[in-house]
Amino acid sequence: MKLTEKEVRYVAGLANLSLSEDELARMVHDLGGILTQMDRLAEIDTTGVEPMAQVLYDAGDDTATLREDVERTPLGSDAAVANAVVTASGYFKVPLVIER
Amino acid sequence: MSNIAKQTISSIREGLLSRRFSATEITVQALAFAAGENPKTNAYLRLCPERALAAAAKVDAALAAGESLGLLAGVPVAVKDVILTKGVITTCGSKILEHYNPPYDATAVERLEAAGGIIIGKTNCDEFAMGSSNENSAFGPVRNPVAPDRVPGGSSGGSAAVVAQGTAVVSLGSDTGGSIRQPASFCGVVGVTPTYGRVSRYGLSAFASTLDHIGPFARNVSDAATLLEVMAGRDPLDSTSAAAPVPSYAASLTGDVRGMRVGVPVEYMKHATGETATLIYQALDTLRGLGCEVVDVSLPSTDYAVATYYVIATAEASSNLARYDGVRYTTRSAEASSLISMYQHSRGEGFGPEVKRRIMLGTYVLSHGYYDAYYVKAQRVRALIARDFTQAFGGSAQGKLDAIVAPVSPFPAFKLGEKVDDPVAMYLSDIYTITGSLAGIPCMSVPCGLTSEGLPVGLQILCDHFKEPEMFRLAHAFESAVGSASSN
Repeated sequence: MKLTEKEVRYVAGLANLSLSEDELARMVHDLGGILTQMDRLAEIDTTGVEPMAQVLYDAGDDTATLREDVERTPLGSDAAVANAVVTASGYFKVPLVIER
Repeated sequence: MSNIAKQTISSIREGLLSRRFSATEITVQALAFAAGENPKTNAYLRLCPERALAAAAKVDAALAAGESLGLLAGVPVAVKDVILTKGVITTCGSKILEHYNPPYDATAVERLEAAGGIIIGKTNCDEFAMGSSNENSAFGPVRNPVAPDRVPGGSSGGSAAVVAQGTAVVSLGSDTGGSIRQPASFCGVVGVTPTYGRVSRYGLSAFASTLDHIGPFARNVSDAATLLEVMAGRDPLDSTSAAAPVPSYAASLTGDVRGMRVGVPVEYMKHATGETATLIYQALDTLRGLGCEVVDVSLPSTDYAVATYYVIATAEASSNLARYDGVRYTTRSAEASSLISMYQHSRGEGFGPEVKRRIMLGTYVLSHGYYDAYYVKAQRVRALIARDFTQAFGGSAQGKLDAIVAPVSPFPAFKLGEKVDDPVAMYLSDIYTITGSLAGIPCMSVPCGLTSEGLPVGLQILCDHFKEPEMFRLAHAFESAVGSASSN
């Protein structure tokens, strides 16, 4: 499957990714090549095969279990915001979201 | 003290117990050696002497107090930079996390330090573990210590290189589609991808959650087995970690593999060429000599594994990497005029080309109109690939196998820059490692010889879920027959 530049721009928007014009051209080329490989999946018959979303389901091991609901000391807001670039009063600070 | 580059877990233990050296002495020596050697490979992104010396002091205090030593007492360990270390910058090989200082330790890190292991530094890797050559690191490529004009493999290239170079005794890597086995093969060391869920991923920066593993690198099978034993087991902080009990892997290294049924996938060997194929066929002769029954096995869905993997891995990555948004982690674009432009520019400036490519692919295959054709289809084919292994190990027309052996990579370490402009060729080179990752079975690379140019080639061993003991037993017997990196 080949993608057009318009489609690549649309996907970049969905991914919240800014791309330069050079990157965009390269992406059209690369994604086309890789999707051509991926299109081979259509060749294989998967009638009646359930999608595999969990690895050890068939192995009978009880993974994906829940832990006991026991109180634990959380990180705390100071540690949680310590790596953020812009903070204020223990909160993350972001550009204005809603115009008044 | 004897050469730090030749130490093993057991030689360090013996040295500590006989008081030939202290944990502090070996740590100081390891840090100095790593600092001196690193310009040759760029394998370490940073050393952490303060943390290392504090851990060594604890081991020395335990020794002085006559307490019993943990399994990794005094052992210098390097940790891939996608695994969180509290207070030690963890970049994931990405500019977007250049200054990220984790507020907690990964469970694997906590466990290896509790066993007396000394973390001396963080290793270079492909950005967010995406790559097969370590050339996608924002902090420069790693050179293969065996052949400095060649790649060490990826994505855990730094972790393989430091063990090959001797600047760490063992190391931690992560494997999503071959990122431990392939660099182990390229650098001539042992690398293990355990059963999915065997080692907690709490504190491993998520790439593809149904495929990510943490696993060990070592210069011999015994050390790899010990490191895995320390890290393995249920962790309440990772709901996908397995509850199955952890056996003593060391006890499985009996040297006796007589009567083991070992399968060789015909679909893999038909692609194998050149010296890699020659060395694998020699390895099969070695296994026969050890008393294994070597038989052909068919894994008919193999040809679809690369496509399946790159749909699933990129889909999961596009979701997991959405968290790097310019808000919570260390970097924000100066172009951030609105919320959306902050996201777009912070990510556009912070991620490298391969990560962007995979986010785009993953977003595309999950997008409206393509989800069923790509993502759900790939999940169905994944079930077929896993079924191939279940049938081979569980008994079928071909008989029940104890292990499967195969190449790790179609070729030995390639030259830096050789494949960097051709993502399709780079992806296709993952063919032999991807199948085991998709099935979630334990698999490893053990050195099986050198090409005429002196480049290492690894033999891959794959076993059924939780059959690490059988895998280690076979690898150890094979290593005893052909020699290990620590015996050279």
